[in-house]
Amino acid sequence: MNNTNTSERLKTSSTRVSTWLADNIVSLIFVAFTLFGFLVSDGVTMNFFLTELSSRFFRNAFLVLSLIIPVVAGLGLNFGIVVGAMAGQIALAIVIYFGWGGVNGLLLTMLIALPIAALFGFLTGMLYNKTRGQEMIASLMVGYFANGLYQFLFLFVVGVIIKVPNTHSMIKPDGVGVRMTVDMGAHEQGGLKYALDKIWEIPFMWAILIVFAAILLLQIWKIIRNKKNPGLYRYNMTMTVINIILCLVMIAISLYAITTNSALMKIRKVPVITGLLIVALCIFNELILKTKLGQDFRSVGQSQHIAEVSGIDVDKTRIIATIMSTVFAAWGQIIYLQNMGTLNTYGAHTQIGMFSVAALLVGGASTQKAGVKHAIMGTLLFNSMFIMSPEIGLSLFGNALLGEYFRTFMVYGVIGLALGLHVWRTNKKGKATLN
Amino acid sequence: MVEVKRKKNTFNDIVNKIGFPTIFIGGFWILLLIAGGALGISVITLLSDTIKRAGMNGILVLAMVPSIQSGTGPNFALPVGIVCGLFALVCSIEFGFTGWAWLFVAIAFAIPLAAFVGYLYGRLLNAVKGSEMTIATYTGFSIVAAMCLAWLMIPFKSPNMGWFIGKGLRETIQLDAIGGAQILSNFLRFSLFAEEGLIAVNSDTGIIIPTGMLLLFLICCVIVWLYFRSKSGIAISAGGINPKFAQSSGINIDRCRIKANVLSTILAAIGIIVYSQGYGYAQLYSAPLMMAFAAVAAVLIGGASAQRAKVSHVIIGVLIYQGLFTTALPVANQMFEGTDLSEILRMIIQNGIILYALTKVKGGDN
Repeated sequence: MNNTNTSERLKTSSTRVSTWLADNIVSLIFVAFTLFGFLVSDGVTMNFFLTELSSRFFRNAFLVLSLIIPVVAGLGLNFGIVVGAMAGQIALAIVIYFGWGGVNGLLLTMLIALPIAALFGFLTGMLYNKTRGQEMIASLMVGYFANGLYQFLFLFVVGVIIKVPNTHSMIKPDGVGVRMTVDMGAHEQGGLKYALDKIWEIPFMWAILIVFAAILLLQIWKIIRNKKNPGLYRYNMTMTVINIILCLVMIAISLYAITTNSALMKIRKVPVITGLLIVALCIFNELILKTKLGQDFRSVGQSQHIAEVSGIDVDKTRIIATIMSTVFAAWGQIIYLQNMGTLNTYGAHTQIGMFSVAALLVGGASTQKAGVKHAIMGTLLFNSMFIMSPEIGLSLFGNALLGEYFRTFMVYGVIGLALGLHVWRTNKKGKATLN
Repeated sequence: MVEVKRKKNTFNDIVNKIGFPTIFIGGFWILLLIAGGALGISVITLLSDTIKRAGMNGILVLAMVPSIQSGTGPNFALPVGIVCGLFALVCSIEFGFTGWAWLFVAIAFAIPLAAFVGYLYGRLLNAVKGSEMTIATYTGFSIVAAMCLAWLMIPFKSPNMGWFIGKGLRETIQLDAIGGAQILSNFLRFSLFAEEGLIAVNSDTGIIIPTGMLLLFLICCVIVWLYFRSKSGIAISAGGINPKFAQSSGINIDRCRIKANVLSTILAAIGIIVYSQGYGYAQLYSAPLMMAFAAVAAVLIGGASAQRAKVSHVIIGVLIYQGLFTTALPVANQMFEGTDLSEILRMIIQNGIILYALTKVKGGDN
């Protein structure tokens, strides 16, 4: 009796380990890859790595976060954020054309992007309602399709239909179309480059200290909340303890670095306002789930049929989710571009959908489950891989190009693997319940 | 009154029978041809190029038929077959074959390789039922990216393929050097309406008919057409139309889907070899990445849907699609100098038609 019990317990724990492995296989591959990169390449210092990672994180996180709401609403991974990115670039082009700049110019860009992105989101949302069940491939195709319209606008309409002077620095010399790359101007001279990032910057280690102190407070608050109303919230004591220890370690490291002024203080400073915007979107994504609209998203995501029966306007809810995602993507693209400093007119948006989706999946999300945690972890892990792979290619094979190709392979492979695994497991589960 | 009504009905019937996209895009092509003629562009050259490009792309488009019929949707993983074909092609060069021997060895090696890879791909599609199209797209992308690594690391020695410095294969391999360029196209080639006469052999004017290439395309078409009239082919179609019904009448659906995708992958592999010889260059690395979308669009323009496709759709579709874009390039350049309108047009039409077809797919509520 006792024996069978133990063996059963062993069995369940081993299945638990294997499901945990299957759930996190993609993330684990990326962690292993990054660690491997540190082992083989001696050219990468911790400072270089963290500088690159932090700037990439602040550039991309907003875009990755814009993917969460459609997943909750059952639309799957919205590759169509490319359309949102285009809206952001159209707004940016208008603002650059009229020579507005600085923080006000950037705010104006976001304001102009809002209605454009909302319109685009509305249209793509309608399309997703027509292509029910195939939203993901439809969202990929709508990105390619919209790219054609976007090029038509920027290469033909600007110049042939909307007359512009060919002396303007962003118009091609023959007066038709926008140049391949448009300089956004430094923010000191009233341009848009770093307009958001340079408002307020703090040293990297201070940022680490503040972030982990905040997480620590959050964990303590959770413990207190659980003491007051035990069983009301989902709560896991071991995870909390691990988190607290992790926070304390990170706080200790950052305090040590700050007081001794070690090499870690030489890491590039982090932009506070951009960080705050990212945090704001995180909080928004969490809070919206507590509203009526958020509950609608969830029920539509779980079953459209049941949602319809219980009186939710499914089509409208799905369109709202798409509009939100598209608008956030537009703003995310503006944040991305003010950090880059040049608008790569015909290339900046094309890869955004693919990279953001890959990042979210690396964080452990699937087509039906995604949260802030996945987005943040995913952005960090995915960009670590991005930094490391040319280095690995260089140090193992003496060829950085190999690393570039490997990087592309990882992007596509991760999306394929994560999606494939998810569908495969859902199908298997479906079969098991049928039997 | 009654007569008018009936007339309208027959008009609608015709539109429905041929399909709205086919008529619309076909009409657009003819308009462009007329516009091109009016602008002084040689219509004969345009038609000649159309036939050449239709022949080059034909088999790649034909590869869509088995996968659509089996119910896995258009084969968005066409690059899987394409890289098999390219691999066979470079192997054939590496082993020193030239001319006709090169072509035959490439095709003979491509078929078993593609069959094996297609089998694995079919197994994969059976595991991910319900999301075939999305997974297929990313399988295709992943394979192309993985092969980029392979092309760079492959230890081939032939001087016709390597970079001048360093390891790996070139991005584009000239087939002239091994006597492979247009070898099939030039077989029994003749011209219509040439300067030398109505039908002229070995002329470079008039509408050039690349007989060998077209013959191979037609042979493949006939094989596919016949196959879908055989017992095994009908079983595949039945499984595609109604899987549950087919299952209950004793058809092994999973096997049918695998068979169809093996056939599709083999056709893609042969297709890229024919394409490369017609073009004169074999393009490696990221060139196959987007090829699937053009082929999918072509078969859809021909009148296929994401669930039903016929060989006739392939022939009509590849003619209209290739015709439209060979015509659009010079016409658009003449009308609006310095703009790249034809490429923009291609993006809008190609991806628009795929979206249109996706809206017609019966959506499953989860």
